[in-house]
Amino acid sequence: MNISRRHFLILLPAAAAAWDCVLAGTPEAAPNYTLTKHWWGMLVDISKCIGCGNCVRACATENGVPDGYFRTWVERYHVSDYDLPNPTVDSPDGGKNGFPPILGAGGKNFFVPKMCNHCADSPCTQVCPVGATFITPDGVVVVDKKYCIGCRYCIQACPYGCRFLNPKTQTAEKCTLCYHRITKGLTTACCEACPTGARQLADLKNPNDPIHAFLRTHSVQVLKPYMATGAKLFYNDLDGSVR
Amino acid sequence: MNRFKDAEHLLRVALVFAVGILAFVIVRAVLVPRSFGEYGHYRGNSIAEIAAQPVVFAGHQACEDCHSDIVALKNKGKHVGVNCEACHGALAKHTEDPGSPQPPKLDTAILCVRCHQVNGARPKSFPQVVAEEHSSGLPCETCHQPHDPLNDAGAKP
Repeated sequence: MNISRRHFLILLPAAAAAWDCVLAGTPEAAPNYTLTKHWWGMLVDISKCIGCGNCVRACATENGVPDGYFRTWVERYHVSDYDLPNPTVDSPDGGKNGFPPILGAGGKNFFVPKMCNHCADSPCTQVCPVGATFITPDGVVVVDKKYCIGCRYCIQACPYGCRFLNPKTQTAEKCTLCYHRITKGLTTACCEACPTGARQLADLKNPNDPIHAFLRTHSVQVLKPYMATGAKLFYNDLDGSVR
Repeated sequence: MNRFKDAEHLLRVALVFAVGILAFVIVRAVLVPRSFGEYGHYRGNSIAEIAAQPVVFAGHQACEDCHSDIVALKNKGKHVGVNCEACHGALAKHTEDPGSPQPPKLDTAILCVRCHQVNGARPKSFPQVVAEEHSSGLPCETCHQPHDPLNDAGAKP
């Protein structure tokens, strides 16, 4: 194709305008949603979890999580009597297809659903060299797929093991707390699919959210509090053996 | 002016620096997306891009808008807290176009045991059975209406 100098000069402003669009990016997707009015977290009630795996399947369906990788998963703990430091943990296929009958006799057994803790001081966002992962103003830790270079620093930095490298896109991936749903007024896919209400999405900035009454009246913990991550995945009835 | 009579080489270095800085400023302005730094050290527009992902689970409110009779039945029974899509699967496509993608017929033999098969790690207060002994192979809905499981009369094949 031959472009004369005149055509080139005519095309130049058009190209500049197109590039300007690329720089400006897409406009706001949820116009009725104010970022600063929310602060998201989640409540997990271990005494209600029945280990059905609905959350794991729902998450994979909603977010197209590849097989063998998990944005959320369920672990089963078996703690022999008086041996809190050495629990036996299993999670066959992330609990996606439920759990086989119980491992050992005696002791105690329970399920622990796990996912990103959406830390307020998250170690994973601090190590990103390109600004591809960050905490949104409403408290959700997400990954910018277009900026991620797949260096895996964040995967190593997460103390909860909640990140993985998507084998197809070669970018870091994690729970987004179903950001595309919560910004539209829906709950997350895992909460939607949970039959017992063991998972509850919580908006800590909403004074009418039942989370506040729950936190006041129950003994609620977060995982690895000594890491000072500011985790916002609150566990009710959490056993001391859970790592 | 005697002092600066050999300053030409300094000017050349200064010029090289000035050109370099100008080039840096221009390249940076062209390459860095405008929304970078809008909220923090990241591309502000990526928030909207992540929020634009399509929804797959419609949410129970969407089901209740049309299927109020079934919801009323469910709200009377033990499954009041179980959302429709917990059993019926993701159906946002069905809510957008109720005509075409019909929810699949469910197999209670698989579905019910997912939650109600006995497992030592399940809370003791949660109703559990050994499915093989409990029903001797019959499908659950022979006796239990899934939307109101303790109401035996409502059972349908």
